[in-house]
Amino acid sequence: MINIFNYIERQSPIHRLTGATKLVCFLLWSFASMVTYDTRILAVLPVAAVILFGVSKIRLKDVKFILSVTAVFMVLNNLLVFLFSPMHGCEIYGSVTELFRISARYVVTREQLWYHLNLVLKYLAQIPMLLLFVTTTDPSEFAASLNKIGVNYKIAYSVALALRYIPDIQREYHDISLSQQARGIEMSKKESLVKRLKAASAILIPLILSSMDRIEIISNAMELRGFGKGKKRSWYMARPFTPADILSMIICGLLLVLAIIDTAKMGTRFWYPWA
Amino acid sequence: MKKFSVKTIVAIGIGAALFFVCGRFIAIPSPVPNTSITIQYGVLGFMSAVFGPVAGLLIGLIGHALIDASWGWGVWWSWVIASGVFGFLMGLACKKINLDDGICSKKDIARFNISQLICHIVCWGAVAPVLDILIYQEPVEKLFAQGLVAGISNAVTTAVIGTLLCIAYAKAKPQKGSLTKEE
Repeated sequence: MINIFNYIERQSPIHRLTGATKLVCFLLWSFASMVTYDTRILAVLPVAAVILFGVSKIRLKDVKFILSVTAVFMVLNNLLVFLFSPMHGCEIYGSVTELFRISARYVVTREQLWYHLNLVLKYLAQIPMLLLFVTTTDPSEFAASLNKIGVNYKIAYSVALALRYIPDIQREYHDISLSQQARGIEMSKKESLVKRLKAASAILIPLILSSMDRIEIISNAMELRGFGKGKKRSWYMARPFTPADILSMIICGLLLVLAIIDTAKMGTRFWYPWA
Repeated sequence: MKKFSVKTIVAIGIGAALFFVCGRFIAIPSPVPNTSITIQYGVLGFMSAVFGPVAGLLIGLIGHALIDASWGWGVWWSWVIASGVFGFLMGLACKKINLDDGICSKKDIARFNISQLICHIVCWGAVAPVLDILIYQEPVEKLFAQGLVAGISNAVTTAVIGTLLCIAYAKAKPQKGSLTKEE
């Protein structure tokens, strides 16, 4: 079965951080890059992310496919922004500096290009961190981490169950799909959309019904073992924090604080050097 | 509110896994970029109707966050939250539908479809774009266009898949009162 979450086991300082630390850092980092549109901060984040990638010993070829998806998405999103509102940058930065015209509606302005640069930087700041988090965190440790940062252990356990059963359900989906195809349903692009939707439901119904049975079986098994009786539970994969963990969380926390203070100081989320 | 029982916890886990598999592997591309026609909302609507609002909320949140994390476009918190809200609202709206009793009448189907339509309008027409504006500050027109396409395609797939699932599930359950006690 393909490994969707692409956890790659290597020996590196980033791998040695606990899952909880990486989760907290990832969240703080992405909130920081979400809050700010300050190009100075946004430009530093991707550089830092690339350095962290180097430290983590994750190679470019490990994440090549995902990065190509990122690139396509980024280009499409930027195109779409431009198509729908070519003057969005001017509205934000409050000035119009025309560079050249494509047509009456589509005028390329410096403000717009600056806004697009910021959008791209935002991606470059966020995506590498997500990839880093996904590739260096063991899925089994993830639930323990969620619980550690204060999520109710029952919900953390739901997440663990989801991660545990995704491959199973995927395999089952595949099996059902093959046997339905053997009976003559058509899922390929040759069929019309409605027919394909119908075909999808012919696969989905057995899948859902068997999953409902599965829910019954698992919950009985858990109930028999007394799940949910205590207020707390321990985790096999949980690890104690080390100084490196605390240090990295503080750094990411400071980053978020910096982004918030910077935004508050400027009085706006946008920074424009020609203003 | 349904009790947060072991069964609910397991339903959230399996539901999120189903949501993930449906959203990740059974996607049909749509003409608008970054938005594909996916059938997971049919599953989410159905699961919320069976297991209630809390399960719906968490299935939406966890499932959508996992899908986003497995792709390269980053986790779009605004849309993740919108999925959760959809599950929650569906759970509330479908409280009166008792699929577990093996009954899925025409009235139930109508209720399911009207509520899913309203929930989709609320989520993709309001929750997702407004959060997008707050968090990402992208152009309003673009966000509403994306929301519109996502909302319409989700409503269509929910109507087809969700309804079929409800009927099939109710049929598979023994009907309430189908057994009588012998005197």
